[in-house]
Amino acid sequence: MAKTMQNKGSDKLKDLTDSVQGSQAWNSIFRPGSIFRKGYTDSPRNRSYVIMNSVLYHLHPVKVKRHAVKVSYTLCLGGLSFFLFILLTVTGIFLMFFYRPTAAQAWNDIYTLQTSVTFGLLVRNMHRWSAHLMVLSVFLHMARVFYHGAYKPPREFNWVIGIVLLLLTLLLSFTGYLLPWDQLALWAVTVGTNMMGYTPVFGNQVRFVLLGGSEIGTDTLLRWYVLHVLMLPFVIVIFMAIHFWRVRKDGGISGPL
Amino acid sequence: MTEIPEHLRKRAEEARAKAAAAKAEPEAPAADAAPSEAESKIPAHLLERAKAARSKAAGAEAGAGESVTAAPAGGTAVATAAPPVAAGPGGHTQRLLTVVKSGSIQDVKAAPQDKVHVWPHLLSIEFVAALLCIGFVLIFSIFVNAPLLELADINKTPNPSKAPWYFLGLQEMLSMFHPMVAGVLLPGIGMGGLMLAPYIDKNPSNKPEDRKFAISLFTIFMMSCAVLTIIGSFFRGPGQLFVFPWAAGLFFEL
Repeated sequence: MAKTMQNKGSDKLKDLTDSVQGSQAWNSIFRPGSIFRKGYTDSPRNRSYVIMNSVLYHLHPVKVKRHAVKVSYTLCLGGLSFFLFILLTVTGIFLMFFYRPTAAQAWNDIYTLQTSVTFGLLVRNMHRWSAHLMVLSVFLHMARVFYHGAYKPPREFNWVIGIVLLLLTLLLSFTGYLLPWDQLALWAVTVGTNMMGYTPVFGNQVRFVLLGGSEIGTDTLLRWYVLHVLMLPFVIVIFMAIHFWRVRKDGGISGPL
Repeated sequence: MTEIPEHLRKRAEEARAKAAAAKAEPEAPAADAAPSEAESKIPAHLLERAKAARSKAAGAEAGAGESVTAAPAGGTAVATAAPPVAAGPGGHTQRLLTVVKSGSIQDVKAAPQDKVHVWPHLLSIEFVAALLCIGFVLIFSIFVNAPLLELADINKTPNPSKAPWYFLGLQEMLSMFHPMVAGVLLPGIGMGGLMLAPYIDKNPSNKPEDRKFAISLFTIFMMSCAVLTIIGSFFRGPGQLFVFPWAAGLFFEL
């Protein structure tokens, strides 16, 4: 009956879809299990393929323990920290197009970005608020993991990596804090680096290396810029890779309680 | 960890249920008979057949090489004889060597676990969470601007000067202790303690009721961080003096 209802046009469309989906080019792009493949059905086999044949999704195993998908167990905090990191990377790359890390130009560049660049203000706002949010979500993720006792064997070392990630997140946020080169940035960083100067034995040396001098200046700006956009992201990505890999190797997420 | 596919697990469960039902019946076929009591449990016709085969093999050996290729068990030797006395059903000679229970040789680590497919169960949740997150950031960013104060001036110290909010707990401790203690010792102990937590806490249980001490300690740690940060953020005014934000106003920028 449905057949008779169809008109010629939809038949042609179906033929076209079939020929496109049957072509070699199409099948070379979409791997088995892709929902764009011909004859996709919701079968256990295809559900597995969706994960295995996707470069992004295969961070996940094909199956997880039933309690692990409950939002009330993880509160999505680890995943959201990672997502915020991606969001920060994307918005940060946008900001890099309009910013020069010198004392003479930095503030003006930010000001121009806010006033003359399309979506400049919005993207800067997003970058800043996601940064604060990421510090918060990483911290809460740590609390969640502790309260579930998820740092216990075999996950001890992944907890240690998690603490390193927390420190790196704080450092990323702190190095970014200086970059607008306004009064808030300068004095917040002054207070922060003065605290580092109290480190016994080599405190002043640490401070000197970080500031690129004994006072905060244009050298500090360049140094912290490179730390913020290149070195610390590079390091944190390596640690994140180990963190995610260990979650899998240690038998998926912990629990149930 | 190895995972048992769901359909196999179900099949095993059914088989187990069937076995349990069979056991409930009085005369169950005993497969796990020990060698000592095997004699009594082997059916009579099999015993007879074995005896016949044994005597036949002995006779063949006495006859000395009427068939050169005769197997020691005598199974193939009897096949040449006219009426195969020792043939079982279908003409085969069968012997039960042993029954090995699963788990005695194989190391079956994984108890069957209740698992779900990541797609769609987990990915859809993650997708919604990411969407809500980016939605919140976007809408918040439309309405609230990031601060940009006047150009940095090393000669003009604002009063008060505050660190970023996540360091305000440390800054707050600076007003209580010697800088060495507040800025280095306490945060160092805090971070070191956190890193070593899994090696210090030897309690294997992850049940909240079994780990009251660990949870109390951690909660005290979190609460002191939060309280110090809130005091440092909202209750410190010019000259780092204690103020009430509702009376003196906010001295806080994100």
